[in-house]
Amino acid sequence: MEHKQYKLLHCTINGEEVETMIDVRASLTDLLRNDFRLTSVKKGCEVGECGACNVIIDGECFNSCIYLAVWAEGKSIRTLESLLGPNGELSDIQQAFVDETAVQCGFCTPGFIMTAVEILESGKEYTDDELRKLLSGHLCRCTGYENILRAVKKTMYKRLGKEMPQ
Amino acid sequence: MTMYDIKALYEATSVPNAIELLLEHPEAQIIAGGSDVLIQMREGKRAGKELVSIYGLDELRGIRMEDDGAIRIGSLTSFSHITKDPIIQKYINVLGEAVDKVGGPQIRNIGTIGGNTCNGVTSADSASTLHAWDAVIELTGPEGVRTLPIKDFYIKAGVVNLRPAELQTSILIPRESYEGYKGHYIKYAMRNAMDIATTGCSVNVKLSEDKKTILDARIAYGVAAPIPIRSASAEAAAKGQPVCTDTVEAFSQAVLQDIHPRTSWRAGKEFREHIAVVMARRALTEAIQLSGGEL
Repeated sequence: MEHKQYKLLHCTINGEEVETMIDVRASLTDLLRNDFRLTSVKKGCEVGECGACNVIIDGECFNSCIYLAVWAEGKSIRTLESLLGPNGELSDIQQAFVDETAVQCGFCTPGFIMTAVEILESGKEYTDDELRKLLSGHLCRCTGYENILRAVKKTMYKRLGKEMPQ
Repeated sequence: MTMYDIKALYEATSVPNAIELLLEHPEAQIIAGGSDVLIQMREGKRAGKELVSIYGLDELRGIRMEDDGAIRIGSLTSFSHITKDPIIQKYINVLGEAVDKVGGPQIRNIGTIGGNTCNGVTSADSASTLHAWDAVIELTGPEGVRTLPIKDFYIKAGVVNLRPAELQTSILIPRESYEGYKGHYIKYAMRNAMDIATTGCSVNVKLSEDKKTILDARIAYGVAAPIPIRSASAEAAAKGQPVCTDTVEAFSQAVLQDIHPRTSWRAGKEFREHIAVVMARRALTEAIQLSGGEL
């Protein structure tokens, strides 16, 4: 490196407007973890395959490891930390992951939950096959996925105010 | 691992600005969504390179119908936006279905159709369908705008017809390419998500009004040759023929005259030839049924 290249970035992170100087070589994962201590954003494969670093940007899920931090200019980013209540209460989807034992080592969990948030906020009712496809951008090496699927499905029906089919 | 090994990053503010940046930095690589370029950087293949980022160019996003009936897809339109687009769903739904098989949901939010075609790989899920619909590639460079048929855009594996300081700005599907046609895409891979196609096959047909005759049939493959290809022999075997299982069989067997897949760690040549025939049969059958034909 002959010289380092920096850029002043403006974006919204978990509802708060921020302005910060960033190295243009940084990924959004680096920015969120190192500059904002949002450690729910996990570093897994770092090549966009495992989904551990998944965050919501302007309403859509992205693997932040392959998203350049400079691209976040003007965008609104949400991480798992935004789901907690004022006193650290868990959101319904987080509680469902606990209740359904959808968590073992926990490394994939924040990424999965942010995808679940996008699914749930669509307000749509999905079949099991559709949910599997919507969740397919995440790897979990512990649970075998069934409990994760059940946690999302249960919360989907709860939010839709419908009985979950057996 | 930490920062990307980027020598310098230039963020384009408009298409003309992107061209200026590419002229100023002839060694620079264009980065769109980055789901190929950044991974290649991690692998070391593109490490230490200068990048011209066009990701911020919203003018290259979105799908619209032109006055002449052509469907214009901005090169930076993400796969998920193509799948959700009402114009695509109405006229070339198969393209939305094909790009819905790329990677996983997060990849489909960042990956762009321009990037998928400019990297020149044969396995790209969009490429066979774009070939099968006679897509036209629009390129913008220092000398202005030029267009060329997608078959002329692909030169060889990993190499496309992009001149210095030129970028792909749109993909067009002319009206005569889609009007009256219905298509189907099959991706054969080992997993249902986050996988590269072992072989991909896209077929579309136009039937006569009474649904008894195939007026036109088009078929293209990914991973049946170093670049995506059409099978002229199969198309000739179906064109003007009655809608029946014999025609479907002749069509699917004829693909073997044109494809030349290779053995790779993903699959053997013989296996790829076998599934290519099966995929042609199934995709044509589906396309005929979507068109209201009966077999």
